[in-house]
Amino acid sequence: MLTTPSSLDQRFGLSRRVVLPGPLRLDGGALLAPVEIAYETYGTLAADGGNAMLVCHALTGDQHLASAHPRTGKPGWWQRMVGPGKPIDTDRYFVICTNVLGSCMGSTGPASTDPTTGRPYAMTFPVITIRDMVRAQALLLDHLGVARLMAVVGGSMGGMQALSWAATFPDRVEKCVVIASTARHSAQNIAFHEVGRQAVMADPNWRGGDYYDGDPPAAGLAVARMAAHITYLSEAGLTENFGRRLQARAQKSFGFDADFQVESYLRHQGLAFTDRFDANSYLYITRALDYFDLAEEHGGLLANAFRGTATRFCLVSFDTDWLYPTAESRSIVHALMAAGAPASFVELSSPFGHDAFLLDSPELDRVIHGFLSAGR
Amino acid sequence: MSLRPDLAIIAAHLPAGARALDIGCGDGELMAALRDDRGADVRGLELDPGNVAVAVGRGLSVIQGDADTDLAGYPDQSFDYAILSQTLQTARAPDRVLDELLRIGRYAFVSFPNFAHWRVRLSLLWGGRMPVTRLLPERWYDTPNIHHLTIDDFRAHLAERGVIVEGAWFLSGDKQTGGAAANFLAEHAIFLLRREQSKVDRG
Repeated sequence: MLTTPSSLDQRFGLSRRVVLPGPLRLDGGALLAPVEIAYETYGTLAADGGNAMLVCHALTGDQHLASAHPRTGKPGWWQRMVGPGKPIDTDRYFVICTNVLGSCMGSTGPASTDPTTGRPYAMTFPVITIRDMVRAQALLLDHLGVARLMAVVGGSMGGMQALSWAATFPDRVEKCVVIASTARHSAQNIAFHEVGRQAVMADPNWRGGDYYDGDPPAAGLAVARMAAHITYLSEAGLTENFGRRLQARAQKSFGFDADFQVESYLRHQGLAFTDRFDANSYLYITRALDYFDLAEEHGGLLANAFRGTATRFCLVSFDTDWLYPTAESRSIVHALMAAGAPASFVELSSPFGHDAFLLDSPELDRVIHGFLSAGR
Repeated sequence: MSLRPDLAIIAAHLPAGARALDIGCGDGELMAALRDDRGADVRGLELDPGNVAVAVGRGLSVIQGDADTDLAGYPDQSFDYAILSQTLQTARAPDRVLDELLRIGRYAFVSFPNFAHWRVRLSLLWGGRMPVTRLLPERWYDTPNIHHLTIDDFRAHLAERGVIVEGAWFLSGDKQTGGAAANFLAEHAIFLLRREQSKVDRG
């Protein structure tokens, strides 16, 4: 049998899609088939498969990790971290990034066609979990011939996937990097998401989710994004960037235009988001996040999720992140200690709140580069 | 690269392949030596995030945390050795840190600068000022050393607590000196400790 050099293998490269027959058994009990996965790969898979790495994206992220977004033309969401000579060095590592199950950038989600009806799933799409996303990724790795990952890396929801990977497939994960994340959604996390979901559902265009033949619930989705966006920033950051400054006017209008710069900024964030994201996907993925409680999946004790693991862990939090504060990372670290798992943890200082994990941080670069290259 | 003399003594007396926790591990110098030269399975705890980043970059497992507050998460007797080098005198509650050390490790290495060294005594006696020496280089207001102790203080504390001394080493000018008159002659002490057997059994 001839082996195809990976550079010629159609499974590898940018903007890949594959339809896997499945069925995928979901945590909610449903069977999903087929399972389409949109993904990208960077770098070259080593002959022994030992340099494969999975990077997991956050709530509204996608597979365009280090390549231009097809709709917005913006650089990949982690271009500063991933690429030749970068901390996640694509000259050394074979890096895979998949659009998560339930999303809207090519992987199966509520906007996909239900093969049994020929119409979009909409709200008949089964509710999914973080672990379902991970199992779908595992199906893709089987397809790519990647048995074992030298690392799973993720921030925010990506970090939850990384934790879920280590707990669900401990033998397939050598190292696990969890940045600005948590092992379970708190009441406050759920509360913010519920505000967003209710905003979507209150939009008359939502129509019970069946909007694919008409106008989408853009106004509701924009409000959802605005509320969520506040949780990604720190109060100090908002004050520094906007303060009480007025938007292109000398005085208050005594009306309800976006008088303040912060209002204008949020409105822009909300609107821009609706151009690239499906409202139903937003409902499903926020639900998956709210359902996430890794301890619950393991008899109520987080340490059980990592008992006997050989995976090495590295956790990073940011001091101004109030969405997933340092205490959440610390409780994961304590569980790892109790399980005897090798773990590193550092809280980095940043003015940027939760978003810090996506922004310039030489210390984060150093930690990730060091952790990934150690012992290789 | 050669280790600081007190760390070299710890490294020389740690059995090959032991599981060790280095509390206040700095940038991981001792940890790396224990891993590379002794084949130890070693973990670290360190307060300074910059130091943690360097240590993680060396491939070491280091958790950012405070010896005063973050030792409770380690299970009883989860390490063969708990190591506390040059950190005891910086703790807010050194007695409790010592208790935690002996809970987490079967054995504990503790090293500290001796405040009764003759140069420190002279400095205070003749100068009338808080001593600033090679091992205690900070001035009174910026020193992290908030609980100065002497070798005799430490011995008395161990006796009160019923802690067993398995070994003790003393340094003066980076050279080992004898145990006789150590409280006067040693700049620096390293103790190897364990709990009373009954307490170990009770966990």
